[in-house]
Amino acid sequence: MAEILVYVDHVDGAVRKPTLELLTLARRLGDPVAVALGNGAADTAAALAEHGAVKVLTADAAEFADYLVVPKVEALQAAYDVVSPAAVLVPSSAEGKEIAARLAVRIGSGIITDAIDLEAGDEGPVATQSAFAASFTTKSRVSKGTPVITVKPNSAPVEAAPAAGTVEALAVSFSEKAHGTKVVSRTPRESTGRPELTEAAIVVSGGRGVNGAENFAIIEALADSLGAAVGASRAAVDAGWYPHSNQVGQTGKSVSPQLYIASGISGAIQHRAGMQTSKTIVAINKDAEAPIFDLVDYGVVGDLFDVVPQLTDEVKARKG
Amino acid sequence: MSLRIVVCVKYVPDATGDRKFADDLTVDRDDVDGLLSELDEYAVEQALQIAEEADDAEVTVLTVGPEDAKDALRKALSMGADKAVHVEDDDLHGTDVMGTSLVLAKAIEKTGYDLVIAGMASTDGTMGVLPAILAERLGVPQVTLLSEVKVEDGTVTGRRDGDAASEQLEASLPAVVSVTDQSGEARYPSFKGIMAAKKKPVQSLDLEDLDIEAEEVGLEGAWTAVDSAAERPARTAGTIVKDEGEGGKQLAEFLASQKFI
Repeated sequence: MAEILVYVDHVDGAVRKPTLELLTLARRLGDPVAVALGNGAADTAAALAEHGAVKVLTADAAEFADYLVVPKVEALQAAYDVVSPAAVLVPSSAEGKEIAARLAVRIGSGIITDAIDLEAGDEGPVATQSAFAASFTTKSRVSKGTPVITVKPNSAPVEAAPAAGTVEALAVSFSEKAHGTKVVSRTPRESTGRPELTEAAIVVSGGRGVNGAENFAIIEALADSLGAAVGASRAAVDAGWYPHSNQVGQTGKSVSPQLYIASGISGAIQHRAGMQTSKTIVAINKDAEAPIFDLVDYGVVGDLFDVVPQLTDEVKARKG
Repeated sequence: MSLRIVVCVKYVPDATGDRKFADDLTVDRDDVDGLLSELDEYAVEQALQIAEEADDAEVTVLTVGPEDAKDALRKALSMGADKAVHVEDDDLHGTDVMGTSLVLAKAIEKTGYDLVIAGMASTDGTMGVLPAILAERLGVPQVTLLSEVKVEDGTVTGRRDGDAASEQLEASLPAVVSVTDQSGEARYPSFKGIMAAKKKPVQSLDLEDLDIEAEEVGLEGAWTAVDSAAERPARTAGTIVKDEGEGGKQLAEFLASQKFI
């Protein structure tokens, strides 16, 4: 059976959920061979084997942390040369997309980014994508070389599918190009204890209607009662009320959770682009004419300062 | 020596318009007004700021696109760029990111550069990978997705805010940079700027000028193929209630009925 190369996104050996989803999709196309790089690479093996990796290629070197993107491209290329896979799958993070794109140029392959589904086809994998702020759905394939495809988080379920997961060391030698962009310092983002925005099953977002940084506390309280991630519209971020890392929309994160709760967000195209593929959408807004209500499964026309705290109390009460 | 900055910009259909696909599944450019991609305005802004800081600098805006794409170049020139290069050729219709990056790389090399600046992504294709591909093709460092950028003594430094960490990056010129919408608001063209832009040079290049064969670009030369595009079905109308004091409880009831609580 054909082998499918899967690039592993992990933090010091802890595999992030989008990679496990990628393994589900990879199994539809062939036998997944995972590539884990950097600190803790070997520690990823158990989780990857549990979810279907037949092999786990690992490499660690200072270059992966000290220089931007290119060392990882060169390692993935080394894995590509060893495995000769039928396709290469990479999680659609900002870095993942850059790694995938540079690999594609090097191996003379076309690239598809931000797939939301993947199936085997007669002429190679068929990728489903959203276009134009998710108002269209397209089906595409790579027509030259070995398909390189990046896949968005929440595009497939995580499935247990135990496989051998044999760990093999990957030999990588770095070119001069790998040392082009130095990472001088790195400041880890402070953990909020909440789920990662793009990976969360539930997202609670606040917008212009929240009217101030301090008022985001009521959005956070609702999020915490549901075990959700917190998002913000561009208006709220531009006003300085919430960090850009939490922005949902065209120039922020694109999310596709099971449940999206928009509070005080009008639903401009810029925001819709980042959330309208959510499974269930709920909105609270004072303005009955707000375009967000065109998208909702359930909407409440009202003051979020009344509705959100009442909802939070009710959720807590029901959860006991 | 003068610091040569090339800004890559894209002419895109207005994101607030009713965007759709043409019959050949390329982006329909006829029914929606086009404009300079909003995210590229940030690139033009940073280029101008870097040029203002440098003793001697020249900012060239570069685009690949149809005749109308000149509008995007004019906008950038009216913001303050010095000159423009427009790569236009009928054979370019339907070119994918691999072809576009090839054309841009050749045009950048022909123009001469120390620094290439691009936006974080286009607002139509939204891939966000072109700057990385350009760096690969040009064989120079990639310093991308910066919220803050500075050029000094032949070195570019900047802050890249990622999911897990914020990184401080550094590379020697020549290099390819991309900037995010957090890099600083783009200036509005002044009346004087708009008038001055009309006299600024716009060089036109075609594929022959860049030694690129027609087969390497266009829909036929693309390394990816779109087989179908379907309008997303409208979401079925939901239940909308007016808060009469029980709105939060009603919403909780809905969430419970959907097994979220």
